[in-house]
Amino acid sequence: MKPASFRYVRPNSVAEVCEVLAAEPDARIIAGGQTLTPMLAMRLARPSVLVDIHRIGELIGISRVDGAVVIRSATRQVDALHSAIIDEDLPLLAKALPWVGHPPTRTRGTVGGSIANADPSAEIGLVAVTLDAEIVLADGEDEEVVLAEDFFIGPMLTVASPSACLTEVRFPRRPDGRLGVGFQEISSRKSDFAFASAAAQLVLDADGACSELRVGVGGVGDVPLKLDAEALCGTRLADAEIRDFAVAAMADVETVGDLHASEAYRRRAGAALIAKAIIEARQGALNTGSSGGRNVG
Amino acid sequence: MHVTLSVNGTEHALDIDPRTTLLDALRDHLDLTGTKKGCDHGQCGACTILLDGKRINSCLTLAVMHEGDAITTVEGLSTPDALSPLQAAFVAHDGYQCGYCTPGQICSATGMLEEIAAGWPSHVTDDLEADPALTREEISERMSGNLCRCSAYPNIVDAIAEVGGAAK
Ligand code: FES
Ligand code: FES
Repeated sequence: MKPASFRYVRPNSVAEVCEVLAAEPDARIIAGGQTLTPMLAMRLARPSVLVDIHRIGELIGISRVDGAVVIRSATRQVDALHSAIIDEDLPLLAKALPWVGHPPTRTRGTVGGSIANADPSAEIGLVAVTLDAEIVLADGEDEEVVLAEDFFIGPMLTVASPSACLTEVRFPRRPDGRLGVGFQEISSRKSDFAFASAAAQLVLDADGACSELRVGVGGVGDVPLKLDAEALCGTRLADAEIRDFAVAAMADVETVGDLHASEAYRRRAGAALIAKAIIEARQGALNTGSSGGRNVG
Repeated sequence: MHVTLSVNGTEHALDIDPRTTLLDALRDHLDLTGTKKGCDHGQCGACTILLDGKRINSCLTLAVMHEGDAITTVEGLSTPDALSPLQAAFVAHDGYQCGYCTPGQICSATGMLEEIAAGWPSHVTDDLEADPALTREEISERMSGNLCRCSAYPNIVDAIAEVGGAAK
Protein backbone atom coordinates (compact mmCIF):
# COMPACT_ATOMS: atom_id res chain seq x y z
CA MET A 1 0.00 0.00 0.00
CA LYS A 2 1.86 3.03 -1.22
CA PRO A 3 -0.47 6.06 -1.23
CA ALA A 4 -0.69 8.51 1.64
CA SER A 5 -3.78 7.93 3.70
CA PHE A 6 -7.14 9.30 2.50
CA ARG A 7 -10.84 8.91 3.20
CA TYR A 8 -13.04 7.44 0.48
CA VAL A 9 -16.56 8.65 -0.22
CA ARG A 10 -19.08 7.70 -2.88
CA PRO A 11 -21.73 10.41 -3.30
CA ASN A 12 -24.88 9.71 -5.29
CA SER A 13 -25.32 12.95 -7.21
CA VAL A 14 -23.41 15.90 -8.64
CA ALA A 15 -24.93 18.09 -5.93
CA GLU A 16 -23.48 15.82 -3.25
CA VAL A 17 -20.09 15.78 -5.01
CA CYS A 18 -20.06 19.59 -4.98
CA GLU A 19 -20.90 19.60 -1.26
CA VAL A 20 -17.93 17.39 -0.43
CA LEU A 21 -15.61 19.40 -2.67
CA ALA A 22 -16.71 22.68 -1.08
CA ALA A 23 -16.17 21.33 2.42
CA GLU A 24 -12.82 19.65 1.74
CA PRO A 25 -10.28 21.78 -0.07
CA ASP A 26 -7.90 18.81 -0.53
CA ALA A 27 -10.53 16.44 -1.91
CA ARG A 28 -9.94 14.87 -5.28
CA ILE A 29 -12.37 13.27 -7.72
CA ILE A 30 -11.73 9.74 -8.97
CA ALA A 31 -13.64 8.29 -11.93
CA GLY A 32 -11.70 5.67 -13.90
CA GLY A 33 -8.54 6.14 -11.86
CA GLN A 34 -6.25 5.09 -14.69
CA THR A 35 -3.90 8.01 -14.04
CA LEU A 36 -4.84 8.96 -10.51
CA THR A 37 -4.21 5.50 -9.01
CA PRO A 38 -0.50 5.51 -9.92
CA MET A 39 -0.27 9.19 -8.97
CA LEU A 40 -1.58 8.28 -5.53
CA ALA A 41 0.91 5.42 -5.30
CA MET A 42 3.79 7.74 -6.20
CA ARG A 43 2.36 10.31 -3.80
CA LEU A 44 2.24 12.90 -6.56
CA ALA A 45 -1.39 13.25 -5.45
CA ARG A 46 -2.16 13.32 -1.72
CA PRO A 47 -5.86 14.08 -1.35
CA SER A 48 -7.49 14.12 2.08
CA VAL A 49 -10.65 12.63 0.57
CA LEU A 50 -11.17 10.64 -2.60
CA VAL A 51 -14.58 11.31 -4.15
CA ASP A 52 -15.66 8.39 -6.33
CA ILE A 53 -18.03 9.52 -9.11
CA HIS A 54 -17.83 6.47 -11.36
CA ARG A 55 -21.32 5.19 -10.58
CA ILE A 56 -23.22 8.47 -10.64
CA GLY A 57 -25.88 7.88 -13.31
CA GLU A 58 -26.31 11.54 -14.24
CA LEU A 59 -22.61 11.69 -15.19
CA ILE A 60 -22.81 8.82 -17.68
CA GLY A 61 -24.05 8.89 -21.26
CA ILE A 62 -23.62 10.24 -24.77
CA SER A 63 -26.36 12.26 -26.47
CA ARG A 64 -27.12 14.68 -29.28
CA VAL A 65 -28.17 18.11 -28.07
CA ASP A 66 -28.80 20.81 -30.69
CA GLY A 67 -25.70 20.90 -32.87
CA ALA A 68 -23.49 19.15 -30.32
CA VAL A 69 -22.55 15.72 -29.11
CA VAL A 70 -22.62 15.81 -25.33
CA ILE A 71 -20.46 13.29 -23.51
CA ARG A 72 -21.10 13.14 -19.78
CA SER A 73 -17.85 13.12 -17.85
CA ALA A 74 -17.82 9.63 -16.29
CA THR A 75 -18.63 7.92 -19.60
CA ARG A 76 -16.10 5.16 -20.20
CA GLN A 77 -13.68 5.50 -23.11
CA VAL A 78 -14.68 2.02 -24.29
CA ASP A 79 -18.33 3.12 -24.50
CA ALA A 80 -17.37 6.22 -26.47
CA LEU A 81 -15.35 4.00 -28.80
CA HIS A 82 -18.42 1.89 -29.57
CA SER A 83 -20.95 4.71 -29.70
CA ALA A 84 -22.95 5.04 -32.90
CA ILE A 85 -23.52 8.74 -32.13
CA ILE A 86 -19.79 9.43 -32.00
CA ASP A 87 -19.20 7.26 -35.04
CA GLU A 88 -21.69 9.30 -37.06
CA ASP A 89 -21.45 12.81 -35.65
CA LEU A 90 -17.93 13.02 -34.24
CA PRO A 91 -15.67 11.15 -36.65
CA LEU A 92 -12.50 12.90 -35.46
CA LEU A 93 -13.01 11.63 -31.93
CA ALA A 94 -13.88 8.18 -33.31
CA LYS A 95 -10.55 8.24 -35.13
CA ALA A 96 -8.60 9.33 -32.03
CA LEU A 97 -10.13 6.99 -29.43
CA PRO A 98 -8.29 3.80 -30.49
CA TRP A 99 -5.06 5.68 -29.68
CA VAL A 100 -6.12 6.25 -26.07
CA GLY A 101 -4.22 3.83 -23.81
CA HIS A 102 -4.96 0.19 -24.56
CA PRO A 103 -8.10 -1.96 -24.24
CA PRO A 104 -7.86 -2.72 -20.49
CA THR A 105 -7.28 0.96 -19.58
CA ARG A 106 -10.12 2.05 -21.89
CA THR A 107 -12.48 -0.29 -20.01
CA ARG A 108 -12.06 1.89 -16.91
CA GLY A 109 -10.77 5.26 -18.17
CA THR A 110 -13.37 7.99 -18.69
CA VAL A 111 -13.71 10.77 -21.25
CA GLY A 112 -14.04 13.51 -18.62
CA GLY A 113 -11.19 12.07 -16.57
CA SER A 114 -8.84 12.32 -19.51
CA ILE A 115 -9.81 15.97 -20.03
CA ALA A 116 -9.64 16.91 -16.33
CA ASN A 117 -6.28 15.21 -16.05
CA ALA A 118 -4.86 17.57 -18.72
CA ASP A 119 -1.96 15.46 -19.86
CA PRO A 120 -0.54 17.44 -22.79
CA SER A 121 -0.11 14.25 -24.80
CA ALA A 122 -3.68 13.01 -24.29
CA GLU A 123 -5.73 12.38 -27.43
CA ILE A 124 -9.19 13.38 -26.16
CA GLY A 125 -7.97 16.79 -25.00
CA LEU A 126 -6.35 17.37 -28.39
CA VAL A 127 -9.61 16.59 -30.19
CA ALA A 128 -11.51 18.88 -27.78
CA VAL A 129 -9.16 21.78 -28.51
CA THR A 130 -9.11 21.13 -32.27
CA LEU A 131 -12.92 21.10 -32.48
CA ASP A 132 -13.55 23.95 -29.99
CA ALA A 133 -15.40 21.72 -27.58
CA GLU A 134 -16.94 23.25 -24.47
CA ILE A 135 -16.17 21.92 -21.03
CA VAL A 136 -18.89 22.20 -18.43
CA LEU A 137 -18.05 22.50 -14.74
CA ALA A 138 -20.44 22.35 -11.78
CA ASP A 139 -19.29 24.37 -8.79
CA GLY A 140 -21.77 24.48 -5.94
CA GLU A 141 -24.95 25.90 -7.46
CA ASP A 142 -23.07 27.43 -10.39
CA GLU A 143 -22.35 26.06 -13.82
CA GLU A 144 -19.40 27.30 -15.82
CA VAL A 145 -18.77 26.65 -19.51
CA VAL A 146 -15.16 26.91 -20.68
CA LEU A 147 -13.81 26.64 -24.22
CA ALA A 148 -11.34 23.72 -24.43
CA GLU A 149 -8.57 26.04 -25.62
CA ASP A 150 -8.94 28.12 -22.44
CA PHE A 151 -9.37 25.11 -20.16
CA PHE A 152 -5.82 23.74 -20.36
CA ILE A 153 -3.16 26.01 -18.86
CA GLY A 154 -0.21 23.67 -18.34
CA PRO A 155 0.81 20.04 -17.94
CA MET A 156 -1.81 18.45 -15.63
CA LEU A 157 -3.15 21.94 -14.96
CA THR A 158 -6.54 23.43 -15.84
CA VAL A 159 -8.59 26.51 -14.98
CA ALA A 160 -11.07 24.34 -13.02
CA SER A 161 -11.20 25.33 -9.36
CA PRO A 162 -10.63 22.56 -6.79
CA SER A 163 -14.31 22.81 -5.84
CA ALA A 164 -15.52 22.17 -9.40
CA CYS A 165 -16.72 18.88 -10.88
CA LEU A 166 -16.41 18.40 -14.65
CA THR A 167 -19.88 17.24 -15.70
CA GLU A 168 -19.80 17.10 -19.49
CA VAL A 169 -17.94 17.91 -22.67
CA ARG A 170 -19.87 19.37 -25.60
CA PHE A 171 -18.28 18.65 -28.97
CA PRO A 172 -19.67 20.46 -32.03
CA ARG A 173 -21.22 17.99 -34.44
CA ARG A 174 -19.33 17.35 -37.71
CA PRO A 175 -20.04 19.84 -40.49
CA ASP A 176 -22.04 18.62 -43.50
CA GLY A 177 -20.39 18.11 -46.87
CA ARG A 178 -17.35 16.18 -48.00
CA LEU A 179 -15.72 15.67 -44.65
CA GLY A 180 -12.43 13.99 -43.85
CA VAL A 181 -10.60 13.45 -40.59
CA GLY A 182 -7.04 12.48 -39.70
CA PHE A 183 -5.26 11.53 -36.50
CA GLN A 184 -1.56 10.74 -36.20
CA GLU A 185 0.68 10.04 -33.26
CA ILE A 186 4.17 8.84 -32.38
CA SER A 187 5.32 7.25 -29.12
CA SER A 188 8.15 4.98 -27.99
CA ARG A 189 5.85 1.99 -27.98
CA LYS A 190 2.22 1.46 -28.86
CA SER A 191 -0.23 2.86 -26.30
CA ASP A 192 2.46 4.84 -24.48
CA PHE A 193 2.41 8.63 -24.06
CA ALA A 194 2.70 10.46 -27.39
CA PHE A 195 5.82 12.50 -28.09
CA ALA A 196 3.75 14.31 -30.66
CA SER A 197 0.28 13.92 -32.11
CA ALA A 198 -1.85 15.78 -34.63
CA ALA A 199 -5.55 15.97 -35.48
CA ALA A 200 -7.23 17.38 -38.59
CA GLN A 201 -10.80 17.76 -39.78
CA LEU A 202 -11.66 19.35 -43.11
CA VAL A 203 -14.41 19.88 -45.65
CA LEU A 204 -13.89 20.00 -49.41
CA ASP A 205 -16.23 21.96 -51.67
CA ALA A 206 -17.63 20.63 -54.97
CA ASP A 207 -14.43 21.66 -56.81
CA GLY A 208 -12.19 19.87 -54.36
CA ALA A 209 -10.98 23.04 -52.65
CA CYS A 210 -10.78 23.18 -48.88
CA SER A 211 -13.66 25.18 -47.43
CA GLU A 212 -13.05 24.45 -43.77
CA LEU A 213 -10.04 23.14 -41.89
CA ARG A 214 -9.33 22.52 -38.24
CA VAL A 215 -5.89 21.39 -37.12
CA GLY A 216 -4.47 20.69 -33.67
CA VAL A 217 -1.14 19.45 -32.35
CA GLY A 218 -0.55 17.68 -29.03
CA GLY A 219 2.29 16.29 -26.95
CA VAL A 220 4.80 18.88 -28.16
CA GLY A 221 4.29 21.60 -25.56
CA ASP A 222 2.61 22.24 -22.22
CA VAL A 223 -0.95 22.04 -23.57
CA PRO A 224 -2.68 20.74 -26.72
CA LEU A 225 -2.79 23.52 -29.30
CA LYS A 226 -5.21 24.58 -31.99
CA LEU A 227 -3.45 25.94 -35.08
CA ASP A 228 -4.60 28.75 -37.35
CA ALA A 229 -5.19 26.94 -40.64
CA GLU A 230 -6.65 29.91 -42.55
CA ALA A 231 -3.69 29.82 -44.98
CA LEU A 232 -4.80 26.47 -46.42
CA CYS A 233 -8.48 27.34 -46.79
CA GLY A 234 -9.47 27.90 -50.40
CA THR A 235 -6.52 25.85 -51.67
CA ARG A 236 -6.70 22.36 -53.17
CA LEU A 237 -4.42 21.07 -50.43
CA ALA A 238 -1.45 20.00 -52.52
CA ASP A 239 1.06 17.94 -50.53
CA ALA A 240 3.72 20.64 -50.82
CA GLU A 241 1.36 23.34 -49.54
CA ILE A 242 0.40 21.17 -46.61
CA ARG A 243 4.02 20.47 -45.70
CA ASP A 244 4.97 24.14 -45.90
CA PHE A 245 2.02 25.02 -43.68
CA ALA A 246 2.97 22.34 -41.12
CA VAL A 247 6.61 23.44 -40.88
CA ALA A 248 5.62 27.10 -40.60
CA ALA A 249 3.00 26.31 -37.95
CA MET A 250 5.47 24.40 -35.81
CA ALA A 251 8.06 27.19 -36.11
CA ASP A 252 5.88 29.30 -33.80
CA VAL A 253 5.19 26.57 -31.26
CA GLU A 254 7.18 26.45 -28.04
CA THR A 255 8.13 22.78 -27.77
CA VAL A 256 9.41 20.97 -24.70
CA GLY A 257 12.36 18.58 -24.51
CA ASP A 258 12.85 15.63 -22.17
CA LEU A 259 14.74 12.36 -21.86
CA HIS A 260 12.72 10.78 -24.66
CA ALA A 261 12.43 13.53 -27.23
CA SER A 262 14.29 16.82 -27.63
CA GLU A 263 12.67 20.16 -28.41
CA ALA A 264 13.97 19.98 -31.97
CA TYR A 265 12.68 16.43 -32.41
CA ARG A 266 9.22 17.41 -31.21
CA ARG A 267 9.20 20.34 -33.62
CA ARG A 268 10.09 18.09 -36.57
CA ALA A 269 7.80 15.25 -35.51
CA GLY A 270 4.95 17.70 -34.89
CA ALA A 271 5.30 19.14 -38.41
CA ALA A 272 5.47 15.69 -39.99
CA LEU A 273 2.39 14.47 -38.12
CA ILE A 274 0.40 17.64 -38.87
CA ALA A 275 1.08 17.14 -42.56
CA LYS A 276 0.19 13.43 -42.38
CA ALA A 277 -3.05 14.15 -40.49
CA ILE A 278 -4.17 16.76 -43.04
CA ILE A 279 -3.28 14.48 -45.95
CA GLU A 280 -5.17 11.62 -44.28
CA ALA A 281 -8.20 13.89 -43.83
CA ARG A 282 -7.99 15.12 -47.42
CA GLN A 283 -7.92 11.54 -48.74
CA GLY A 284 -10.86 10.67 -46.53
CA ALA A 285 -12.85 13.60 -47.88
CA LEU A 286 -11.96 12.77 -51.50
CA ASN A 287 -13.16 9.21 -50.93
CA THR A 288 -16.59 10.32 -49.73
CA GLY A 289 -17.56 11.64 -53.17
CA SER A 290 -19.44 14.90 -53.53
CA SER A 291 -22.55 14.03 -51.56
CA GLY A 292 -20.90 13.92 -48.17
CA GLY A 293 -21.55 11.06 -45.81
CA ARG A 294 -19.62 9.51 -43.06
CA ASN A 295 -15.99 8.75 -43.02
CA VAL A 296 -14.48 7.07 -40.06
CA GLY A 297 -12.08 4.76 -41.81
CA MET B 1 -13.45 0.34 5.37
CA HIS B 2 -15.96 -2.37 4.58
CA VAL B 3 -16.35 -3.83 1.10
CA THR B 4 -17.80 -7.04 -0.28
CA LEU B 5 -15.96 -8.36 -3.32
CA SER B 6 -17.44 -11.02 -5.54
CA VAL B 7 -14.49 -13.00 -6.89
CA ASN B 8 -14.87 -16.09 -9.08
CA GLY B 9 -18.44 -16.45 -7.90
CA THR B 10 -17.69 -16.23 -4.17
CA GLU B 11 -18.53 -13.23 -1.97
CA HIS B 12 -15.79 -12.02 0.34
CA ALA B 13 -16.52 -9.49 3.06
CA LEU B 14 -13.38 -7.48 3.72
CA ASP B 15 -12.37 -4.74 6.06
CA ILE B 16 -9.59 -2.93 4.27
CA ASP B 17 -7.81 0.40 4.03
CA PRO B 18 -9.29 2.38 1.10
CA ARG B 19 -5.75 2.73 -0.27
CA THR B 20 -5.66 -0.99 -1.15
CA THR B 21 -5.65 -1.62 -4.89
CA LEU B 22 -7.84 -4.39 -6.22
CA LEU B 23 -4.61 -6.25 -7.09
CA ASP B 24 -3.35 -6.10 -3.49
CA ALA B 25 -6.77 -7.08 -2.16
CA LEU B 26 -6.76 -10.19 -4.37
CA ARG B 27 -3.20 -11.21 -3.57
CA ASP B 28 -2.74 -10.14 0.05
CA HIS B 29 -6.24 -10.39 1.48
CA LEU B 30 -7.80 -13.22 -0.53
CA ASP B 31 -4.61 -15.21 -1.21
CA LEU B 32 -5.41 -15.32 -4.91
CA THR B 33 -1.81 -14.98 -6.02
CA GLY B 34 -2.39 -16.07 -9.61
CA THR B 35 -2.83 -12.41 -10.56
CA LYS B 36 0.67 -10.94 -10.74
CA LYS B 37 2.16 -7.56 -9.93
CA GLY B 38 4.67 -6.42 -12.55
CA CYS B 39 4.86 -2.65 -12.66
CA ASP B 40 1.96 -1.68 -10.37
CA HIS B 41 1.08 1.28 -12.59
CA GLY B 42 -0.68 0.07 -15.69
CA GLN B 43 2.21 -0.56 -18.05
CA CYS B 44 2.67 -4.32 -18.17
CA GLY B 45 -0.68 -6.11 -17.95
CA ALA B 46 0.53 -8.82 -15.52
CA CYS B 47 -2.36 -7.91 -13.20
CA THR B 48 -5.10 -8.17 -15.86
CA ILE B 49 -8.39 -9.59 -14.56
CA LEU B 50 -11.96 -9.59 -15.84
CA LEU B 51 -14.46 -7.17 -14.35
CA ASP B 52 -18.02 -7.99 -15.40
CA GLY B 53 -16.36 -9.87 -18.27
CA LYS B 54 -14.24 -6.92 -19.45
CA ARG B 55 -10.46 -6.90 -19.02
CA ILE B 56 -8.93 -4.32 -16.70
CA ASN B 57 -5.62 -3.76 -14.92
CA SER B 58 -6.30 -4.56 -11.26
CA CYS B 59 -3.35 -2.40 -10.13
CA LEU B 60 -5.11 0.69 -11.53
CA THR B 61 -8.19 0.53 -9.40
CA LEU B 62 -9.05 0.54 -5.71
CA ALA B 63 -10.75 -2.45 -4.12
CA VAL B 64 -13.37 -0.24 -2.40
CA MET B 65 -14.62 0.88 -5.83
CA HIS B 66 -15.81 -2.64 -6.68
CA GLU B 67 -18.65 -3.44 -4.32
CA GLY B 68 -21.01 -5.73 -6.23
CA ASP B 69 -18.89 -6.08 -9.40
CA ALA B 70 -18.26 -9.59 -10.75
CA ILE B 71 -14.50 -10.16 -10.63
CA THR B 72 -12.87 -13.09 -12.42
CA THR B 73 -9.20 -13.93 -11.89
CA VAL B 74 -7.11 -16.60 -13.59
CA GLU B 75 -8.09 -18.98 -10.75
CA GLY B 76 -11.72 -18.58 -11.82
CA LEU B 77 -11.18 -19.59 -15.44
CA SER B 78 -10.74 -23.31 -14.82
CA THR B 79 -9.66 -26.07 -12.46
CA PRO B 80 -6.20 -27.72 -12.53
CA ASP B 81 -7.61 -30.87 -14.18
CA ALA B 82 -9.74 -29.05 -16.70
CA LEU B 83 -7.86 -26.12 -18.18
CA SER B 84 -9.67 -23.41 -20.11
CA PRO B 85 -9.14 -23.63 -23.89
CA LEU B 86 -6.69 -20.71 -23.75
CA GLN B 87 -4.73 -22.21 -20.88
CA ALA B 88 -4.46 -25.54 -22.72
CA ALA B 89 -3.36 -23.72 -25.87
CA PHE B 90 -0.67 -21.78 -23.96
CA VAL B 91 0.68 -25.13 -22.70
CA ALA B 92 0.49 -26.75 -26.13
CA HIS B 93 2.21 -23.82 -27.86
CA ASP B 94 4.70 -23.06 -25.10
CA GLY B 95 3.32 -19.54 -24.78
CA TYR B 96 5.70 -18.56 -21.98
CA GLN B 97 9.14 -18.96 -20.47
CA CYS B 98 9.15 -17.75 -16.88
CA GLY B 99 5.34 -17.64 -16.79
CA TYR B 100 5.09 -14.40 -14.84
CA CYS B 101 3.05 -12.55 -17.45
CA THR B 102 0.96 -15.62 -18.30
CA PRO B 103 -2.07 -15.19 -15.98
CA GLY B 104 -2.43 -11.62 -17.27
CA GLN B 105 -2.00 -12.77 -20.88
CA ILE B 106 -4.66 -15.45 -20.44
CA CYS B 107 -7.19 -13.19 -18.70
CA SER B 108 -6.57 -10.49 -21.30
CA ALA B 109 -6.91 -12.94 -24.20
CA THR B 110 -10.12 -14.32 -22.67
CA GLY B 111 -11.60 -10.80 -22.61
CA MET B 112 -10.20 -10.02 -26.04
CA LEU B 113 -11.82 -13.02 -27.73
CA GLU B 114 -15.15 -11.91 -26.23
CA GLU B 115 -14.61 -8.43 -27.71
CA ILE B 116 -13.95 -9.99 -31.12
CA ALA B 117 -17.05 -12.17 -30.77
CA ALA B 118 -19.01 -8.99 -30.02
CA GLY B 119 -17.65 -7.49 -33.27
CA TRP B 120 -15.57 -4.70 -31.71
CA PRO B 121 -13.16 -3.33 -34.29
CA SER B 122 -9.58 -2.43 -33.37
CA HIS B 123 -7.05 0.06 -34.53
CA VAL B 124 -5.87 -2.16 -37.36
CA THR B 125 -9.27 -3.34 -38.59
CA ASP B 126 -9.68 -2.18 -42.18
CA ASP B 127 -13.32 -2.88 -42.82
CA LEU B 128 -15.31 -1.48 -39.91
CA GLU B 129 -18.59 -2.93 -41.16
CA ALA B 130 -17.55 -6.59 -41.40
CA ASP B 131 -16.85 -8.86 -38.44
CA PRO B 132 -13.15 -8.47 -37.51
CA ALA B 133 -10.95 -11.37 -38.68
CA LEU B 134 -8.47 -12.77 -36.20
CA THR B 135 -5.21 -12.06 -38.00
CA ARG B 136 -1.86 -12.07 -36.20
CA GLU B 137 -1.80 -8.31 -36.59
CA GLU B 138 -5.21 -8.01 -34.92
CA ILE B 139 -4.08 -10.23 -32.03
CA SER B 140 -0.86 -8.23 -31.50
CA GLU B 141 -2.72 -4.91 -31.57
CA ARG B 142 -5.45 -6.09 -29.24
CA MET B 143 -2.95 -7.64 -26.80
CA SER B 144 -0.65 -4.57 -26.82
CA GLY B 145 -1.38 -3.87 -23.14
CA ASN B 146 0.26 -7.17 -22.11
CA LEU B 147 4.03 -7.25 -22.13
CA CYS B 148 6.16 -10.39 -21.93
CA ARG B 149 9.66 -9.81 -20.59
CA CYS B 150 10.70 -13.23 -21.92
CA SER B 151 9.38 -12.24 -25.31
CA ALA B 152 7.33 -15.37 -25.87
CA TYR B 153 5.13 -13.32 -28.21
CA PRO B 154 5.17 -15.60 -31.28
CA ASN B 155 3.94 -18.56 -29.22
CA ILE B 156 1.43 -16.44 -27.31
CA VAL B 157 -0.05 -15.29 -30.62
CA ASP B 158 -0.10 -18.92 -31.89
CA ALA B 159 -2.02 -20.04 -28.80
CA ILE B 160 -4.56 -17.25 -29.05
CA ALA B 161 -4.96 -17.72 -32.81
CA GLU B 162 -5.71 -21.40 -32.33
CA VAL B 163 -8.42 -20.78 -29.75
CA GLY B 164 -9.84 -17.75 -31.55
CA GLY B 165 -9.92 -19.66 -34.84
CA ALA B 166 -11.58 -22.66 -33.26
CA ALA B 167 -14.18 -20.47 -31.61
CA LYS B 168 -15.25 -18.86 -34.84
S1 FES C 1 1.03 -4.63 -12.52
FE1 FES C 1 -0.79 -3.79 -13.31
S2 FES C 1 -0.20 -3.26 -15.33
FE2 FES C 1 1.67 -3.89 -14.46
S1 FES D 1 6.82 -15.64 -19.91
FE1 FES D 1 8.25 -14.49 -18.79
S2 FES D 1 7.38 -12.54 -18.87
FE2 FES D 1 6.17 -13.60 -20.26
